[in-house]
Amino acid sequence: MAKMATREAYGKALAKIIVEDDNIFVLDADLSKSTKTNDAKMVKPERHFNMGIAEANMMSVAAGIASGGNTVFASTFAMFAAGRAFEQVRNSICYPKLNVKICATHAGITLGEDGASHQAIEDLALMRSVPNMTVIQPCDDIETEQVIRAVAKYKGPVYVRLGRSAVETVNNENYIFELGKGVVLRKGSRLALISSGIMVQEALKAAEELTLQGIDATVVNIHTIKPIDKELIVELAKTHDLICTCEEHNVLGGLGSAVSEVVSQEHPVRMTFLGVEDTFGESGTPAALMEKYGITARHIVERIMDCKEKGLI
Amino acid sequence: MLSKEQLLPIQKRMRINIVKMVANANSGHIGGSLSAVELISTLYFNEMNITKENLTNLQRDKFVLSKGHASPLLFSVLCEKGFLAEEELMTFRKIDSRLQGHPNMNYVDGVDMSTGSLGQGISAAVGMALSYKAKGLDYRVYTLVGDGESQEGQVWEAAMAAAHYKLDNLCAIVDLNGLQIDGDIIKVMNPLPIDKKFEAFGWNVLYVDGHDVDAIMDCYAQARAYKGKPTVIVATTVKGKGVSFMENDAGWHGVAPNKEQLAKALEELGGE
Repeated sequence: MAKMATREAYGKALAKIIVEDDNIFVLDADLSKSTKTNDAKMVKPERHFNMGIAEANMMSVAAGIASGGNTVFASTFAMFAAGRAFEQVRNSICYPKLNVKICATHAGITLGEDGASHQAIEDLALMRSVPNMTVIQPCDDIETEQVIRAVAKYKGPVYVRLGRSAVETVNNENYIFELGKGVVLRKGSRLALISSGIMVQEALKAAEELTLQGIDATVVNIHTIKPIDKELIVELAKTHDLICTCEEHNVLGGLGSAVSEVVSQEHPVRMTFLGVEDTFGESGTPAALMEKYGITARHIVERIMDCKEKGLI
Repeated sequence: MLSKEQLLPIQKRMRINIVKMVANANSGHIGGSLSAVELISTLYFNEMNITKENLTNLQRDKFVLSKGHASPLLFSVLCEKGFLAEEELMTFRKIDSRLQGHPNMNYVDGVDMSTGSLGQGISAAVGMALSYKAKGLDYRVYTLVGDGESQEGQVWEAAMAAAHYKLDNLCAIVDLNGLQIDGDIIKVMNPLPIDKKFEAFGWNVLYVDGHDVDAIMDCYAQARAYKGKPTVIVATTVKGKGVSFMENDAGWHGVAPNKEQLAKALEELGGE
């Protein structure tokens, strides 16, 4: 199966659309080779501006550029985009609803060896709590390219959460991304695994393993975390006994919280949240970190078997 | 182009409106609005190309009130330009008003950036100037920065970026009134020398008495003519200028006058 990091796919997509539209500007904060905005710089240097290691300024500069009717892609690591520059994102970009696409790479613990200081596990919580913000996390290269094209057309602030590590391609060439619409990748019964980003691959693997235990899981990709696909989630809640959310993020405030906000109000059903358990990460390979912090397919299977033992499914 | 004499009644009405707006709202920032009346009235009437016809253009000369708390200053000049009705000024800071405590660009045509959180406006102005340069557009961008505001690190991130990209279409004006909420800027957290800091970051630095209209106009002309660097005009001003008991008193940074104080202020300003 083909493998590519979503940041790579972002760089390639941006390099394509930037030549098609003279109103697209790209900003980076000294990480253009890592965030892959360098691909866009190579094809159109006159629209790529390095703002140096000054993320707060970069976000407000992005707002100023966007105020003139331009579309701005601003990239850095998720830690600095959502964390360090949070208030600039809120006040300079989201409050005036300016057309800035914050494409944040190296999100989550799979940033790996750089360790906890750089591993954003809070960014979804931060970004989805800001009014006017749209939050998207693509799961593979094919989805990422379409997300980048879609957000370039959408008017308003978007946070796109991208990963460092290569991930297997889940979608095929016929895939069509629709903002705000979750994707049912596998139809089962009783158990729904709701996932996003790199956890889509893990959920699919877990679903395969669960068939051996006599459990036929539904697997859903929620690429748009805000606005979340309420209709689909309510439908899943009505047709399943247990929902397990799978995310590479703190279990507080991320996908699990977003799903439960719908489920608890619209059609309560038992849920279990799989993600980083409110703890900081550490240095290590992405695979070792996923293993240690409990976010692999195996952990999903174990969680579901545990729920089965408790009679929840 | 208006003469110094023609600007006087405009400046008088702006000061009267600033004081009335804040009194009526029973909150708001008078001192730092009054200090920049000459700077901003001269900018809007004699320097920027901003008219009813181009007001809603996404690209034109722009002004960013980086010290967003001086919103009465901005709303009063927009009123003088005919972009805002005088009656509406009295909705300032009230529920359902377009005139927010700190300006919102989506509510009022002529507010070029939503500001209020200090340090961010100058960065947005850098973004505007950068995009005009990149597109080969001739428009200019102006921003008013507070002296206290320059304690924000982001101001210097913006200063670095503006010089790096040689944004000579950008002109920052520092309202050096010497006071901030907690007192003298040099006692709270000394940001001086602000001029030398901008100079070190690679800016063209000009100095002006911020209440001398002729000198201000000369500075704007010099800034416009200067190529290769952004210009900062360090304007020495009097906080609370025009109302004797508010002048040079940090206590009038963000406090509304009571009825008697309002009457006294209006009497001094020649209003009703």
